[in-house]
Amino acid sequence: MTRRFRMVVFGLGAAGLAGLLAWGFAGLPSFGSFDGAYGQLLAHLTVPERHATSAVSVSTFDFRGVDTLGEEFILFTAAIGVLVLLRGQRAGETVAAEPIRQREPAAESKTLRSVGTALAAPVLVLGIYVVAHGHLTPGGGFQGGVILMTAFLLVYLAGTHLDLRRATPLGAMEAAEGTGAAGFALIGLGGIVLAGAFLENFIGFGTVGNLVSGGVIPLLNISVGLEVMGAVLVIVGELLDQRFLVRRGDR
Amino acid sequence: MTAVQAVALVVVALAGTAVALTRDPARQALVAGIFGFSLAILFLAFQAPDVALSQIVVGAVALPAMIIYAYRKVQRREEVERGQR
Repeated sequence: MTRRFRMVVFGLGAAGLAGLLAWGFAGLPSFGSFDGAYGQLLAHLTVPERHATSAVSVSTFDFRGVDTLGEEFILFTAAIGVLVLLRGQRAGETVAAEPIRQREPAAESKTLRSVGTALAAPVLVLGIYVVAHGHLTPGGGFQGGVILMTAFLLVYLAGTHLDLRRATPLGAMEAAEGTGAAGFALIGLGGIVLAGAFLENFIGFGTVGNLVSGGVIPLLNISVGLEVMGAVLVIVGELLDQRFLVRRGDR
Repeated sequence: MTAVQAVALVVVALAGTAVALTRDPARQALVAGIFGFSLAILFLAFQAPDVALSQIVVGAVALPAMIIYAYRKVQRREEVERGQR
């Protein structure tokens, strides 16, 4: 296949795709026009019925019910998959007594070190804020969990620790991941036992707009935040750890 | 469509093309982070702040970090294999 022929085939395909895309986009409803019944219903029920102002949180953590459990376990399962894969590989490897590269601190530049140190605490507070206000404003457990993870990663980047295990106790992170996932499932099951449906609220709703309001939704956000932070840190820690492994028999 | 939305769309198109045109994987991870951030701005411009937040943490933080770690791991293995020869 000559280059010229390939370009002709590509050109025909690209032109066809562009034509179909333009045709498809021309028929799209204009931005903001929406006539689904459920969207309107959810937007109107959120505040009076659930005392939470973030319609997205209320939809995922209450009205959608058991579907969210599946979503919740996607990351959990992915983290376990990565761990099984990487730790399985490690069984055939030994921890390098003398790595090829000299062990150097992660932060070689002073700028990275000072910026990382300065950012770690504010980012931690931001993460807690985003988790805690999930039922009031955009954000919530997932977003806040990743932000919390970044705070620990900044400590690692800024520090002289080579090992994420020392910057972040990975055992505690595994526990956080498991506790978060289990907490979510248990609160959901509590809904079945005490209120009749999975994830249905079974505690007081509180006053609209308060930090403590929205029933179980803040608790669910905290569970998700813990789980996400733990899962991502466990994956990152395992990948970083592998940097310093040499396969057995290499020396 | 407002000017902000139009600008955000153009920036996303440019950033996406830049990701595809970058050849070195380590650089590509960084460019992909910028692309992820521009997508977040786009979502914000189209009034989806929740999605925008998820996009920032996943597209601009988690994804580039994962790419870099995985790339480093592969590189390390290649170094070891080269050392064996």
